[in-house]
Amino acid sequence: MIYRKFFNVPTWGLSRPFREFDRLRRQMDELYGAISGGALPMPSAGVFPLTNVTEDNENYYVRAELPGIKSDELDIQVTADGISISGERKISAEGNGVKYHRREREAGKFSRLINLPGEVDVNKVEASMENGILKVTIPKSEAAKPRQITVK
Amino acid sequence: MTDKESKEIQVKQKQELTSPAEQTQSGLIFTPNVDIFETDREITLLADLPGVTAENLTIDLRENILTLTGEVSPFEGANEEDILIEYEIGKYHRQFNLSSLIDQSKIDAKLNDGVLRLSLPKVEEATPRKIEIKAG
Repeated sequence: MIYRKFFNVPTWGLSRPFREFDRLRRQMDELYGAISGGALPMPSAGVFPLTNVTEDNENYYVRAELPGIKSDELDIQVTADGISISGERKISAEGNGVKYHRREREAGKFSRLINLPGEVDVNKVEASMENGILKVTIPKSEAAKPRQITVK
Repeated sequence: MTDKESKEIQVKQKQELTSPAEQTQSGLIFTPNVDIFETDREITLLADLPGVTAENLTIDLRENILTLTGEVSPFEGANEEDILIEYEIGKYHRQFNLSSLIDQSKIDAKLNDGVLRLSLPKVEEATPRKIEIKAG
């Protein structure tokens, strides 16, 4: 039959037409990794500050590195399913006559919204700043907590 | 340029240390962001070291090479599971070559909210002396 002949073309590996693309992409990743010095960049939303979100059975934990920011310069708001962190990082001027050799630390405003995967109890949220790391502890709402069911 | 209006901070990935020497310790090492400026009397260095406490920070100056090393202990609880991870934690390490002579006895370091402020006063210059040449 004519279609069988057509699809049985032995070359090109038509059964896995994307295999070649996969390999190419892997090679590109390796190349990129070699240029950037090892690890691939972490996936991120591209908004300051970079944030880590973790959970255990009771709470969500939101952490961000915010060195040099005082707790009263931060504005944290929690809604039923998300948290917003905003503020401004100020770096005071060092007076006249100073000669800069390096200037890598950045100042400016920031604002970040993070959606949490489940419902939270907005009344019991706690936030702390320690050594430049912000940690927000957000208790899960009763409905969102996992429950162990014993089988009788 | 209107510097009065504050711009938004651009996100910046933590820079992993790329050292020509092979690492002999496990774990990630990052280079902290620094500001360095100089006046007639001193050199000041500001470094962002989030998560580093004063006990875990080592500042070493020998033969004009200043080394900063900050250890960060993992802060996650044992039962926590990751939902979104945008940055990793690890040690901080960075070295600087200092051009002027530093008076080691007057070095002052302060660590506040994860920012190190290191003052490195310069050695007082020796007062110029006039050398008399005697006629032979």
